[in-house]
Amino acid sequence: MGLISFLKEKFKKKTVSEEDKTYDQALSKSRNELSLKMKTLAKKAKKVNALYFEQLEEILIEADVGANLTLALVEETINLAKAKKMDEPDEINELLIDLMFQKYYDDYKDNHEIKFRDDRGSVVLITGVNGVGKTTSIAKLGYRYLKQGKKVCFVAADTFRAAAIEQLDEHAKRLDVPIVKGSPNEDPSSVIYRGLDYMISHGIDLLLIDTSGRLHNKDYLMRELGKINRVIEKRLGAPADESLLVLDATTGQNGLEQARAFLGTLPLTGLIITKMDGTSKGGIILAINQELHLPVRFIGLGEKMDDLKLFDLDKFLYSLLIGEDKE
Amino acid sequence: MAFESLGEKLQGIIKKLRGQSRLSDANMEAMLKEIRVALLEADVNFKVVKSFIEEVRSKAIGQDVLKKLNPSQMIVSIVQDELTKLLGGEEKTLTLNKNRPTIILMVGLQGSGKTTSSAKLAAFYKNKEKKKVLLGALDVYRPAAIEQLEILAKQIDVETYQEGKKDPVQIAKNAKKYAYDNHFDALILDTAGRLSIDETLMDELKNIKKEIEPDFILLVVDAMSGQEAANVALTFNDALALNGLIMSKLDSDARGGAALSIKYLTGLTIKFVGSGEKLNDLEIFHPDRMASRILGMGDILTLVEKAKEEVDEKQAKKIAHKMLEGDFNLDDMMSQMHQFNKLGSMAILRLIPGMPKLSDEQKALMKKELRNFEIIISSMTSEERKNPDIIKNSRKLRIAKGSGKQVQDINRMLNRFYKTKEMMKQMKGMSKGGKIPPGFGGLNLPF
Repeated sequence: MGLISFLKEKFKKKTVSEEDKTYDQALSKSRNELSLKMKTLAKKAKKVNALYFEQLEEILIEADVGANLTLALVEETINLAKAKKMDEPDEINELLIDLMFQKYYDDYKDNHEIKFRDDRGSVVLITGVNGVGKTTSIAKLGYRYLKQGKKVCFVAADTFRAAAIEQLDEHAKRLDVPIVKGSPNEDPSSVIYRGLDYMISHGIDLLLIDTSGRLHNKDYLMRELGKINRVIEKRLGAPADESLLVLDATTGQNGLEQARAFLGTLPLTGLIITKMDGTSKGGIILAINQELHLPVRFIGLGEKMDDLKLFDLDKFLYSLLIGEDKE
Repeated sequence: MAFESLGEKLQGIIKKLRGQSRLSDANMEAMLKEIRVALLEADVNFKVVKSFIEEVRSKAIGQDVLKKLNPSQMIVSIVQDELTKLLGGEEKTLTLNKNRPTIILMVGLQGSGKTTSSAKLAAFYKNKEKKKVLLGALDVYRPAAIEQLEILAKQIDVETYQEGKKDPVQIAKNAKKYAYDNHFDALILDTAGRLSIDETLMDELKNIKKEIEPDFILLVVDAMSGQEAANVALTFNDALALNGLIMSKLDSDARGGAALSIKYLTGLTIKFVGSGEKLNDLEIFHPDRMASRILGMGDILTLVEKAKEEVDEKQAKKIAHKMLEGDFNLDDMMSQMHQFNKLGSMAILRLIPGMPKLSDEQKALMKKELRNFEIIISSMTSEERKNPDIIKNSRKLRIAKGSGKQVQDINRMLNRFYKTKEMMKQMKGMSKGGKIPPGFGGLNLPF
């Protein structure tokens, strides 16, 4: 069964939940860019020819799927279509979509919440380049797990950016969460060390660590991150339970470089994709999965505190490809 | 540095042509195809790529490149021209008003770097143009955004206007009045980050614009943003009629797609680029210089400017003179290394034409070596520095102990020194009393 029919089947009878709606709204821009454009193209095209495929390429590249992946996908589609003797535009589109997402689907394992442990709190290190939304994501993650009855604590280890500590502090006050703060220009590792101590002495379930934004091509900053990781390992005898990389959905192919560089420094356990509602693209998720096999764990679908959702691939693809406003 | 991977690819493609004395139709098409993929991979918008390829092709045909003797050079110059055009053609800087405060409104998505860019722009006008600048804090939504601006303002010694978390439109009006009353040259207003689809917040910006009539509205765009960048610029432009862009985080390894697409798609040009984490890391954007940097032709103009700004000219002249006279000693080498460090050291190498690309490791090694030299020289007596010839075994042992190094480290450093000195002598022979341009004297490196 093709992917589209599978998704249609899956979401056929179910009542629409609040979360479904959030997905639907946040991805409506992307849907218009990708699937709507493909549908319109199919409708207008009388027959499938070289120009048709070129236009498909255009749509994919404009959705940030990336030139290399796009060219490969379209070529595979051409070959398969030839072999299967397909020439209906709709069929071709479905074939391409299957190729695009099937690999993702095969790789995909059920997404899970942050891992908690029995012996001590769970340590989650949040990293990323500047301006992707690390601090805000921490506040939202904190909110999520407070609601689940966990004891949450923040560590403000971004001691570089002006007022970053104050920013997290304000969130901590709003959520009534304890926070371990560094002072400006303090070595982040030492703040984190204190955070770990606090976690253990106060029976915290979830320690969320905010780090400075760092461009992944700055060697010395990546080394600092390596040190942070080593300090955690030294204190706990194990690395952070989760190291999550925050990626801005509006980032283009550079997201791939970011993920690669952080992966070279930290044992990343997944990605947080932010600002998905603000972009009509987001094809970068595909490219990253294809190359680095990093799962998306959480996805930011709006500005409200509970708009950071556990990533659900079925919902994501349904909203991206079909959506509630189907035909 | 952004554009690096695109630059390498383009240079590689063009290099292939170099050996060939003639160009065939087929060669040229193959090259254009490669350029197309390189641009697409760099996140350059599809339409832009199409038009770029068409332009290059038609110019090449128009100038009969195929029949000319040195086709690769002609192609390079065509590509360079077209890249310059894409990046904005001739630069137009923002001139501040003479008799009243210039009001600059900074807008953009969350996380694009508005607050940092606001402070950098303030530092730019204050330090480079000696203007009296006021920063206005209108981001009343993001926690601690106002504090952030205040801290940065303090670092550059600029005044901030803020009223806490009140109505941004009202604060903007009051800030304008404050700027007029206190005779500021410029008021730079930092606003909250917002999505272009957020109508309430976009209306707020429109109201601010209506109420205070800013001279310039600048959109801050993250250099790493992908195909979405042009859409963002278009929506903001539709709502606010922008005057230009500041491209932030150009010190990342962004492929440059946003920078190369925006002018074509929106007509807006980049005015400034953020080139580092320090508050003086904001540069005027020069499309032509960037184009030649992308093509690996260096950027000697920026290099000279930087040298003039950062290097103590008198000191540089003195060293240059001493070098030519041949009485270059270890003190001079030390101060030369300091000058080099001031220039942001390794980043500067990229501006030098023909400079081979160094890996991060090589750069780190060079830096370490320089630092070691410094440590060793610091452990010498002033007599030894002035007259290194007196350094024999027992002195070497003492220096090694004092600096925590090995004797062979001392030897290596001295070898470098003598080599440099030797080079100076040769240069003197070559220049035959000609002058070395000031600033450059200080740039001849001990390696």
